[in-house]
Formats: sequence, structure tokens, C-alpha cells
Amino acid sequence: MPFQLPAEVPLSWYLILSAILFVTGAAGFLIRRNIITVFMCIELMLNAVNLTFISFSNALGKVDGHIFSFFVMVVAAAEAAVGLAIILTVFKNRATLEIDEVSSLKL
Amino acid sequence: MQHLWLIPALPFAGFLVNGIFGRRMPKAAVTATATGSVLLSLFWTVKVLLGLGTLEHVYLERYFTWLQSGIVNVSFDFAVDRLSAVMLLIVTGIGSLIHIYAIGYMGHEHGPNHGGYYRFFAYMNLFMFFMLVLVLAANYLVLFVGWEGVGLCSYLLIGFYFLKKSAGDAGKKAFVVNRIGDFGFSLGMFLILIHFGSLDFGSVFGKAATMSPEASAGIITAICLLLLVGATGKSAQVPLYVWLPDAMEGPTPVSALIHAATMVTAGVYMVARSSALFELAPVAKETVAIVGLVTAVLAATIGLTQWDIKKVFAYSTVSQLGYMFLGLGVGAYSAGVFHIMTHAFFKALLFLGAGSVIHALEGEQDLRMMGGLRSKIPLTCFLLFCASIAIAGVPPFSGFHSKDAILLAAHHHAPWMFWVAVVTAGMTAFYVFRAFFLAFLGNYRGQGHPHESPPVMTAPLGVLALLSLVGGYFDVPHYLEPMFHGGHAPHETSLVVISVAAGLTGIGLAFLFYVAKPGLPDAVSRLFGPVYRLVYYKYFVDEAYDAVIVHPARDGSTAVLWRGVDAGFIDGIVNGVGSVARSVGGGLRQIQSGYIRRYAAWVLLGSIVIVAAASFLGGAR
Repeated sequence: MPFQLPAEVPLSWYLILSAILFVTGAAGFLIRRNIITVFMCIELMLNAVNLTFISFSNALGKVDGHIFSFFVMVVAAAEAAVGLAIILTVFKNRATLEIDEVSSLKL
Repeated sequence: MQHLWLIPALPFAGFLVNGIFGRRMPKAAVTATATGSVLLSLFWTVKVLLGLGTLEHVYLERYFTWLQSGIVNVSFDFAVDRLSAVMLLIVTGIGSLIHIYAIGYMGHEHGPNHGGYYRFFAYMNLFMFFMLVLVLAANYLVLFVGWEGVGLCSYLLIGFYFLKKSAGDAGKKAFVVNRIGDFGFSLGMFLILIHFGSLDFGSVFGKAATMSPEASAGIITAICLLLLVGATGKSAQVPLYVWLPDAMEGPTPVSALIHAATMVTAGVYMVARSSALFELAPVAKETVAIVGLVTAVLAATIGLTQWDIKKVFAYSTVSQLGYMFLGLGVGAYSAGVFHIMTHAFFKALLFLGAGSVIHALEGEQDLRMMGGLRSKIPLTCFLLFCASIAIAGVPPFSGFHSKDAILLAAHHHAPWMFWVAVVTAGMTAFYVFRAFFLAFLGNYRGQGHPHESPPVMTAPLGVLALLSLVGGYFDVPHYLEPMFHGGHAPHETSLVVISVAAGLTGIGLAFLFYVAKPGLPDAVSRLFGPVYRLVYYKYFVDEAYDAVIVHPARDGSTAVLWRGVDAGFIDGIVNGVGSVARSVGGGLRQIQSGYIRRYAAWVLLGSIVIVAAASFLGGAR
């Protein structure tokens, strides 16, 4: 017996929440200058998308959305590993986490 | 099968061996390869001609289809008829003699670059190959292959001493002037192909004979005039004769073989070969006669004043080629070809004899530095005397017979041509004997110690001298008569007497001027000062061509083609493309700022635009 969402919460609520999360992430990405914050905003957007996938999957009774969300998680995990490594290296070399300072690969 | 292809293939094999391995081969092996291959070719020619008998009909050998595309269907064929038989014997026979002579003359050449004994013989063999292809060709295109090939070898051999600037320039001049003629020739070929649908001699002449004269007269005249342009280039006729005197920069055997006996007669051969077309185009035929006559007179007058012994003979060659064209133009094709043969004998002998003199004097070519050589090199003196009386038209030697055949035909055609040609014959006798007397009589005016040439040089000269004396009795006109339609000019003893008298007068005047009264030439040249200078400077034809054609072409090329088209237009396009790419790239570079948040904004903006567009267009359902 698969898990069922409570019937009284309609699909649109999930989508609205997901949209709010995504816009928050996108706005944070554009506005904030700290690389760590930007990085967290990316995670926020990814998870907003995950929520959309799951909601539709549940509403339509299909597993495709689950599978996609797993893919997104795997990629997010890999991205987190590589991204944090890059951030560490950037900080080591340039002693800054200001994202606009890192506009050129050349030192 | 008579295996005609072996005739040109043998010298070609000699060229390949000497050209590729000659540098490392001993001199004797180079000599044996070069001379041997030409002698074998002569041998094979004789064998083939004996096997073919009287040659009542054309003997054709087909080898392979060369080009097939639309109406163009050219096969690589060789053919022998009486005309090519005569030419084959001249080319291989004189070619063999001159190859033997060159062993001695070029004996001092050493080293791989300047000089180059093997290089000389490789080019000579290549020349023999192309000349034989030209003579054996059974259609215009194969003839053209030989035609261009001999031009190439002529260029290579004129510029043989390429460290000398004048030799290189002379080679280039010959090449460029010949290109003008060849351009006319190729246009003529295209017209033939369009009009007759074939380039084979047999079918072209067959169709020309059956076409209605009214319908085809214009186009056949055009074809013949274009072919004549080609012939004036190769055979050094007015207005394209200017390259031949300069071509004397080449070694003397080259002057004898290529620029006197064989290659320069290719134009005469080609016109004689196309006689069936020229017979249908009276205007073109008349043009041939007039071009020949003008050339004969013009070159003979220049020949009167030159001091370089080879230049005298070069202008003499131009003049004699004019005679041949006169013969062709008045319809005496067989007489023209006859004159090719006798001229090949005595002019090759004149050049080789001059070479022997130059060899004896270690390179001196100026007649003013010679004199009195009769006692120092008696054999050469005697041989050159044979050639001189042959060219002067003294009976019964060879030049007399062929020149008279032409003169009689000219009189039959138009008496004024006869009189002009007779005066030219007198001038011919004068300038040849002028050179002879200046070189051999009087007192020696040079410094060196002349020595007689080795037997390897004098032996071929002996053969040529014999041919020059008795060559007139080969009855070539009678042998060739069935090939041509031209009428036979009646024999008139009075005309013969007049022409002989002109020749003897020329000799007598030369004797008077240069032996009996040596002060007379200066007095005469002072008397006719301006005229003399005009002739001495060759009518300023080279200068006129320079001023009218060469300089405008060069200045125009510099101003328009170089500065304008190349530096301005083409470089402008190239640089313009570069700078446009640079400025567009500079604009696009602004997008690649490196600010990640800006990229993200673009991505967001882009996706909003796409989603919005999709929604408005009803794509998102």
C-alpha cells in the first residue's frame, strides 16, 4: 500500500510552495554575493524542482517523477562535492568568497 | 603494325635515362645514350619507311582514345604520309648529325649546374621526342602536344647558360612570344572542333572538301588565319619573329637543330599539313604569302648589317622561313617543304660551321674580330663555303633548286612577288658571303690562336656539306605532288636566269665590299646614314614592342592589377573579413564577462522568454 498524500491538501499548494522555493533560490543566486550562499540557493532551486517532480508523480500515479528526483539528488550530491572543493580552493588561492572577485580564471 | 611509336619513344627513353641518372653517369655513357637513342630512332624511321614502300595512302596507327567528352573525341594516333616521311627523315637525320657534332662542341661543359653535359643532351633528346610527335601526329591535338613540347625544349635550351641574364631573358622572350602564337593556334583548333566536329586530319579535310564553299568560306578563313597566327609564332614570321634572333643565346648545336633546321619549320609543316583548308580560304592563303614576303625582306635587310655571326644566320633563318611561307602562300606547298629540307641542310651547316669557328676562337662571335681564318681552319672554311653557295642559290647546289621552285610559283601567282623575292635572294647571297668573307679572308683581327675542330665535329659537317651540295636532286616536289592540290608552275628559263643572276650579283657585291674595297662599306653606310641606322637597330621593332606592349602591360599590371586589384581589392577583402570578425568578436566578448551572477540572469531571462513565448503561442498545453 503506497504512501498517499492527505487528500485535503490540493496539488496546487505543493506547486505554489515549490514556486516560492525556486524563486527564493533564483533571487538569492542573483542578489547574494557570498559563494556559499549562492551555492545554497542552487540547492534550494534543485529541491524546489524535486518537489514539483514528486507532486506531479503522486498526482498522476506514475513513478517517472520519483526516478527523476533520484537523478537530481545524485547530481546534486556530486555537485556539492565538486562545488565545495572548488570553493575551498578559491578561498585558499584568493582569500575571498566574494563571487564578483572571481570573474577571471587568471590570477 | 610498323610500331611508329618507337620513333619518338627512343629519344624519350634517352631523355629519361639521361635526365634521371645522367648526373651520376660517366660522360661516355651519357653520350652513348643520347646519340645512340637518336641514331636508333633514325634507323627505325628508315626501316618503317622502307616497310611502307611508296606511301600512296596515309598509313595510320591507332593507339588509344585520349579524350572523350561530348563532341570532343580525340584519340592518340600516329600517321605517316609522304609529307611526314620527308619531315621524319629531316628531323631524325639532321638530329643525329647534330647530336654527334654536339659531342665535340659541348665537350668542355662540366659540372651539374652551369654547363651540364648530361642536361644538354637530356633536353636535346626531349626535343627530338616532341618534334617527332609533332611530325607523326594524326590529329591537331597530338600535333599541338608536340608543338608545345618543342616550345618548352626551345625555352630550356635557349636558357641553357642560365647564369647569364641575357640567356634567361631570351628564353623567356621566346616562350612568351610563342604563347601569343599558340593562343591563336588553340583558338583555330577550337573552331575546327566546333565546325567539323573532329580534330583528325583525315576527317577534317574530308569534310572541308565536301562542304559547300559559300557556307563555310568565312569560318574556314578564320580557322586558317588563326592557324597562321600560331605558325607566325613558331616559325618566327612578322610580327612575332622577334624571339628567334635572341634565341641565339643558346649553344650553337641548339641554334642549328631547333632554331634553324627543325622546330622553326613546324609552322611551315603545319600550314602545309592544313593545305586542304588553306586551299578553301584564298584570303588566308594570300595573307600567308604576304607575311612570308614581308618577313623575308625585313629579315634579309637586317641580316645585311649585323656583326654577330650567329645573328646574321639567325636573320637569314627568319628570311628563309619567310621564303617557305611565300611558297605555301602561292600554292607551291611541295616547294615550301622542299625548301624546309634544303634549308635544313645548308642552315644547319652554316650554324654548325659558325659553331666550329666560335669553338676555334674560344667563344668569339663578332665578325670584326675574325678574318683570315681560311689558312687557320681550312676545313671549316671549305665546309662553310659549301653552305654559303648552297644558300646563295648558285646552281646546281641545293638552295638553287628549292628557291627556284618557290620563285617560279611566286611569279605564276603574282609577278611583283617574284621581283621582291629575287631582290631578297640577292640580299641573302650578299649577307651570307659578307659573313664568309669577313670571317675567312683578309687579315686576322683577333688575339687568340684558332685551332681546327675535332673530327667528331667536322665529320657531321662533311655529311651536311655533301647534302647541301647535292640535296637539290632529291626530287621532293615530285614526290609530294600527289598530296597537294596546287598547280604546277611552268618552268621558265628566263626567270631562273634572273634569280641566279641576283644571287651572283649579291656574291659579287659582297666580294667588292669586303675583299676588293674594304673602305666601301663604311662609305655606303655613311651615305645612307639614317637608313643604315634604322636597319642596324633592327627597325627598332623590339623597342616599339617594348613601348607599345611590354611597358603598358607592365605599368598597367603594376598600377591596376597589383596596386589596384591585388593590394586594394583582394587584400581589402581579406583584411576586411579579418577586421569584421575582430569587431564582432569584440562585441560578443562583452557577454563573456566572467561574472557568474550575470550569466545566471541571462539564463533566467532566456527561460522566461522561452516559457512566455511557448505560452502565448499555445505550445504549452
